Amino acid sequence: MSADWQPTAPIENLKKRARILQQIRAFFLQRDVLEVDTPTLSHAGLSEPNIESFQTTEAFYLHTSPEFPMKRLLAAGSGSIYQIAKVFRQGESGRNHNPEFTLLEWYRVGWCYRELMDEIVELITIILGTEQLNQPPERLTYCDAFTHYLSIDPLTVSSDELARCAEEQGIMMNTPEGMNREAWLDLLFAEKIQPNLGRGHITFIYDYPAEQASLARLKPDNSNLAERFELFVEGMELGNGFGELTDAKEQRQRFEHDLLVRGERNAPKPLLDENFLAALESGMPDASGVAIGIDRLVMAALGAGSIEAVIAFPMECS
Amino acid sequence: MASVSTNQFKRGLKFMMDNAPCSIVENEIVKPGKGQAFNRVKIRNLITGRVVEKTFKSGESVESADVIDTEMQYLYTDGEEWHFMDPETFEQISADETAIGDEKKWLKEQDIVTVTLWDGRLISVTPPNHVILLVSQTDPGIKGDTATGATKPATLETGAVVMVPLFVNEGDPLKIDTRTGDYISRARD
Repeated sequence: MSADWQPTAPIENLKKRARILQQIRAFFLQRDVLEVDTPTLSHAGLSEPNIESFQTTEAFYLHTSPEFPMKRLLAAGSGSIYQIAKVFRQGESGRNHNPEFTLLEWYRVGWCYRELMDEIVELITIILGTEQLNQPPERLTYCDAFTHYLSIDPLTVSSDELARCAEEQGIMMNTPEGMNREAWLDLLFAEKIQPNLGRGHITFIYDYPAEQASLARLKPDNSNLAERFELFVEGMELGNGFGELTDAKEQRQRFEHDLLVRGERNAPKPLLDENFLAALESGMPDASGVAIGIDRLVMAALGAGSIEAVIAFPMECS
Repeated sequence: MASVSTNQFKRGLKFMMDNAPCSIVENEIVKPGKGQAFNRVKIRNLITGRVVEKTFKSGESVESADVIDTEMQYLYTDGEEWHFMDPETFEQISADETAIGDEKKWLKEQDIVTVTLWDGRLISVTPPNHVILLVSQTDPGIKGDTATGATKPATLETGAVVMVPLFVNEGDPLKIDTRTGDYISRARD
């Protein structure tokens, strides 16, 4: 008889996972951050070119993160909020990916992104412990990371130079002619920088190039950079955060740019979230926010080598 | 020509690269949360046996390979070619040393083996996990010595040399694990 009905994660790991969820809720309860719950099904989709939504037969999208409705709550005066949500991203499957996964997302009203990074350190330290995180957090700008590990200035480097660097680093692309600057930067970062990050500490990479701003606002003193950061533990990307963009006009322009990119790639073009844009229009307070992958956080806490070890039933056996 | 997308990549999938059929040994997804996705793939060239690591942009397509695994009976070798027969159609096919490789030392006439065919060509052979082969040469056996765990080399009828217990004699049929080349037991026939 087939054993496919069995969970891939040992029950022991599921108990530890439950304990971590309790620690997270206790952390926010103590800090008076409100737990909220927003819809999984959405009329609007995500325009970001590198994240693909699942679509239902009734023209709904499964959310890829609860970001837009949570920002509508901020605009409606909720104050600081958090959510633990199941989110869905098509095609993301592998050792560190499952198409359905759990995100912890929270927003701090009136905080700058540096203050939020400090709070993240406090939460992650509670969960991973000071034995695993035995050094103070590391903070590197995106540019410094490239300079340090690859002797490249990512803001000015050309696509050809990046191709040469990748070759020197032993990366063999099947079709290098299909790569552009952004693709090379993504690949070099993921393959040659990220594995070094978060060893014995939390690493923050911050101040991403403006082209990779996503939903972060640009730095007031340098519009080439965005107030975006990512955090890494044990060579694994754990989360992504922003000093949030609150300008409705700029947000719409970015969405429209995303759709252009999607058009060039013949990728599906989702409906924009007009409710979210209307909320920004009416005025969203300054805030910083972050989304952290709970499954990977549990992996880091348990020293698990694969996401299957911390999820009861991954996609293939759902 | 049929094609396969990187989304379907998994261990064992066969496709064409540099005009040769290849098999995926390992497939790893590389994806920064907000960035583009890639597949880092270890690939074995089924003609040369060489393994290389290549990175694909996710969504890329490759040409699928018409590779099939099928069971055939090994007939004989004339020293240059190894001859096999489909036990149902009695059709025969042969291949040279490049395709047979190291596996030739486990091929025993009449045994059923798995052969991999591409474009009508035999490109590799997988012998059964266990084969029974006669000892053609070894030092004389020492009776009763079954406990010391000492071993000696023995040459088998196919030319393979395996380490065997001291009690084994010339002419003995031995059960061998072809994946490791280890002696398992004396076979009773």
